[in-house]
Amino acid sequence: MSGAVLILGATSAIARGSAAAFARRGRALYLAGRDLEELRRDAADLAIRYGVEVRFGAFDAEATEHHATFLERVGAEMGELAGVLVAFGYLGDQGKAAADFAETEAIINRNFVGAVSILNLCAARMEQGGSGFIAGIASVAGDRGRQSNYTYGAAKGAFALYLQGLRNRLFPAGVRVLTVKPGFVDTGMTFGMPGLFLVATPAAVGERIARAAERGRDVLYVPWFWRYIMLIITHIPERIFKRLKL
Amino acid sequence: MKTLSKEIAGWGRYPVQRCELERPERHAELTARSASVIARGQGRSYGDAALNEGGRIVLTERINRFAAFDTTQGIISAEAGVTLAELLAVSVPRGWFPSVTPGTQYVSLGGCIAADVHGKNHHHDGAFSRSVREFELVSADGKRLRCSPRENADAFWATVGGMGLTGIVGDVEMQLRSIDSAYINARHTAAKDLEQAFRFLQDAEHDARYTVAWIDLTSRGAALGRSVVMAGDHAAADALPRRLRTAPLLLKPRGVRDVPFDMPGWLLNPLTIRAFNALYYRVAGRKRAPFVTDYQTFFYPLDALGNWNRLYGRRGFLQYQCVVPTVTALAALQQLLEALAASGHPAFLGVLKRLGEEGAGQLSFPMAGYTLAMDLPMTGPALLKLLEELDAIVLRHGGRVYLAKDARLAAPSFRAMYPRLEAWWPIKQALDPDGVFSSSLSRRLSIGGVA
Repeated sequence: MSGAVLILGATSAIARGSAAAFARRGRALYLAGRDLEELRRDAADLAIRYGVEVRFGAFDAEATEHHATFLERVGAEMGELAGVLVAFGYLGDQGKAAADFAETEAIINRNFVGAVSILNLCAARMEQGGSGFIAGIASVAGDRGRQSNYTYGAAKGAFALYLQGLRNRLFPAGVRVLTVKPGFVDTGMTFGMPGLFLVATPAAVGERIARAAERGRDVLYVPWFWRYIMLIITHIPERIFKRLKL
Repeated sequence: MKTLSKEIAGWGRYPVQRCELERPERHAELTARSASVIARGQGRSYGDAALNEGGRIVLTERINRFAAFDTTQGIISAEAGVTLAELLAVSVPRGWFPSVTPGTQYVSLGGCIAADVHGKNHHHDGAFSRSVREFELVSADGKRLRCSPRENADAFWATVGGMGLTGIVGDVEMQLRSIDSAYINARHTAAKDLEQAFRFLQDAEHDARYTVAWIDLTSRGAALGRSVVMAGDHAAADALPRRLRTAPLLLKPRGVRDVPFDMPGWLLNPLTIRAFNALYYRVAGRKRAPFVTDYQTFFYPLDALGNWNRLYGRRGFLQYQCVVPTVTALAALQQLLEALAASGHPAFLGVLKRLGEEGAGQLSFPMAGYTLAMDLPMTGPALLKLLEELDAIVLRHGGRVYLAKDARLAAPSFRAMYPRLEAWWPIKQALDPDGVFSSSLSRRLSIGGVA
């Protein structure tokens, strides 16, 4: 396949699973993130396993002033981009966020502002190219506000709304936009959580993401049954929902 | 780092113990975060080597990135959580094969080092450690030590076979063997009794780079120890049948069937085991002419059946593997088989193999002699008593039991079997003065209580 895929926030477990799935399809990759040593390891691993070209570089979602130069560098190194995956995010601590605005700001900036900043630039590039995909990892937490993580949920929900609008805007240009809403995935974030059931592996989730992105799908719940879990959750009347401890 | 308290077991599913698990996602996160820690890769050691009751276990399954692969020299380096299955997927299509492989590919490189595993070619090529050029050892204070036979050699030799007790292996660089195809030229020879099996394992005519004997542990009397000797070596591409010659390094992916749940405990009983063994002896022994098979079938026959340990039911099973020195091996093995027969205890899978010279790893299992491995359904105290009798026979002949398979050896027997423990212990103390790296196995064997 021609054209590289840019993976932003490439060291997360889901990003690693997705990168492997794109590489299996023959895609060259550019891995971006903050932990350069880990990116170096991931890049070497993917190149050896799948025999594709893999490059990497520093990217900080919050440093929006550097996003334009970053994307130019990626373009210079990789040429035309076939796709972009936004995989970075920050769960944060809801209790802390309620008391400390710096935490709230970090959650909003990393999950929403930073994502919008880099995707605005990617969208402009890809719109001219007239093909490709943009995929963003939002969250089922963005489907309904809950006391346990509503700041994170609000930022992810806003990101999902942004992707929806972007999908609408880029459709005539032939660029597809995918919104990914993962439920529980077996990552460091969920490891050891009590009461987890039917947890998906990052490799399986990554495979689903790559397939959906390459096929130009719109919205992907993964694992799939989360679509129905969220359907139920979003249909509970607010009168009742506000009394629940979720 | 988040932890998970869980009841886990080794591959034999005995014993089951509650341990506190953590699972780092990045190489940089490898360190000891508790007063008692042991690393666990794929959990394929059979007993309690990768258990730590009441203590911490570091799962290395996510620390599995390849770092470099020199395809002209066959040198590969990777993080220690990489499995041999992953390595084979990368190396075989490029014409390289692990120099030493155990009987399953679902083991981590770190585990291969910790147990200093051996393969069917031990009598020619030595144990796994011989193919290891260097590795990184993460100590309890997070320091990273490069170890090779030249650099930090003490730490290198104490770690190979050291059952994870010197630290956590971070990454590994190893030398692979050049292959021309993914296929093996193999040959089976039936041996009517133990003595003939021994003769076949010794003489060059029946030997190959890879030689092992499947032994019928249910045979009695004159047929005691009847075996099928299986020998093979990597096939040259131009010697393959025409249909395989176009892509000699590529195998079609093999379907893996899973044992979906625990089989009832009575499934493997003396009757079914005896019937299976008799059938296998006839069928496998009949393949007298050389034949071509793929490396998956030759090296990893049991990997085709996922979770085959469930065949033994909830009580699990023990694998007893011992080695006895060459001079008295025949007599020792005869006594072992007779003791097994006299006990009436069912033994399913038996493997007999000649081993080459002992390596420099102080706790490494192999020594020049013959090794016998057998799978025994766990039946409780009667089995444990039988295995103590077998220990006594092994000890009398100067042999030892393989720790990677063990779940029940007594501490005094262990000390008598591993005399080089005295040389190992000071190195362990220098590397891990607070004794952080410890496991259920190390406590059972009182490895700390030598001095």
